[in-house]
Amino acid sequence: MMHRTSAIAACALLAGLGLAYPAAGQDQAARSLAANCTGCHGPSGNSAGAIPTIAGLDKAYIVTALQEFKAGTRQATVMHQHAKGYTDQEIEVLAEYFSQQKRP
Amino acid sequence: MSLSRRRFLKQVALVAAGAAAPGVRSPASAAGGRAVVVGGGFGGATAAKYIRMWAPDIQVTLVERSREFISCPLSNRVLAGQIELVDLTRGYGALSSKYSIDVVYDEVVGIDPDKREVTLAGGDVLPYDRLIVSPGVDLLFDEIPGLRDPATRERVLHAWRAGPQTMALRRQLEAMPDGGVYALTIPKAPYRCPPGPYERACQVAWYFKTQKPKSKVLILDANDKVQSKEALFTKVWKEWYAGIIEYRPNSALVDVDAKTLTAKLEFEEVKVDVLNVVPPQRAAKIAADTGLITANNKWVGVDFLSYESVAKKNIHVLGDAILAAPAMPKSGHIANQHGKVAAAAVIALLRGQSPNPNPIINNTCYSFVSDKQVIHVASVHRYDPEKKTMVVAQGASGVSATPSELEGTYAESWGKNIWADMLA
Repeated sequence: MMHRTSAIAACALLAGLGLAYPAAGQDQAARSLAANCTGCHGPSGNSAGAIPTIAGLDKAYIVTALQEFKAGTRQATVMHQHAKGYTDQEIEVLAEYFSQQKRP
Repeated sequence: MSLSRRRFLKQVALVAAGAAAPGVRSPASAAGGRAVVVGGGFGGATAAKYIRMWAPDIQVTLVERSREFISCPLSNRVLAGQIELVDLTRGYGALSSKYSIDVVYDEVVGIDPDKREVTLAGGDVLPYDRLIVSPGVDLLFDEIPGLRDPATRERVLHAWRAGPQTMALRRQLEAMPDGGVYALTIPKAPYRCPPGPYERACQVAWYFKTQKPKSKVLILDANDKVQSKEALFTKVWKEWYAGIIEYRPNSALVDVDAKTLTAKLEFEEVKVDVLNVVPPQRAAKIAADTGLITANNKWVGVDFLSYESVAKKNIHVLGDAILAAPAMPKSGHIANQHGKVAAAAVIALLRGQSPNPNPIINNTCYSFVSDKQVIHVASVHRYDPEKKTMVVAQGASGVSATPSELEGTYAESWGKNIWADMLA
């Protein structure tokens, strides 16, 4: 909570200066990592067509799915290959990020 | 009114328009600096959009010569009559209306890395703090003497840029009598879209199998083997297109006779009914003119942390034009990923920060091997600080187990999603 309060204060300060830096929770490292996924899964993880939408899914569900893809225990066409490219910590970050994205 | 002032006012107007849209943060000025992006393909459009999405205080101008984006990926399906070009076409409107990007439909005629200025054919001069160049490839017709005259290229098509050539090749295939031979020549790697020619052979073969069953597809490959998804393509050719597709490795095209539709190889000449030449390629001319080419007189060397040129400061280069890292294909998907890493790096550098030291990108390329069946190749690439390049992550690469209709639905979805990721 302290983190959020200070971030709000920082945003207010920046707004006062006429700047528009990204809001808290949109850490650039997480956004850059998540940008790996949106080419296939669509902007913010909202997909058109058969590729699953991942925006707004439960964080624990995303972690479990990616870990099972990584372990090869979950049926996949391509995700077992992608999931092996990310560390457990990166999977946590991706799951957190997409769980917070809104569906239209 | 000066040109730069006119551009500035246009930007202010765009910003005002963008401010009305929900969820869009717009700058009051270019407080965060000015980025110019050259080329609105998979790399450039993505970079432009992501800079504005992630850093609304940075002013972005995108220069693109075409009014519409036409996707090369999936365009081989047009040859088989499965889809139309319009299905692959998207506009740049949302980049202006939603992200307040100044989209300029013009051609770059010069880049001055010292003055940090881009000059357009229309006369405008765009100053920049950081320039992103995503120019694609030039097709080297000069390397094939029989194609130096542009008139010959109306008859011997490349169709390696989706658009009028794609439609013209479709018409040639439709006009070809049953029992005819279509030949496709493939240049030495690297070229744009490694699996593309083999997918094209499948699409034409599927069309022949269903409409003109006595016809043949002859693949004349300068390489010693199939360059992507080799086992899968070879299996499909044997099982589905036996007697239709003939594959000849080590068959580099030396010249053509456009009048007689003859492909001239080192030791033989092959006369066919439709001759489709994918020419050798290099980074587009603007890269050469700007002094960006550093490898094999063809490709642009970049720092994979930022995609900044190793030859010219403040210029970042994306997509097919770069000297790729090992096992990194020249694909639209990879260019889209380059665009995001470069966007983040440009933002960091304009703020006096260092780019992300651990960039990760991935690739997924789908190929249609019939009307509905699809195969893929995929990989994840991570930065290796010792080798100073991107390397494929341990275990994180592979191809389809087998062609499937399920992957056909994913391939169609991939197109819609990646075009939206760039442009919507």
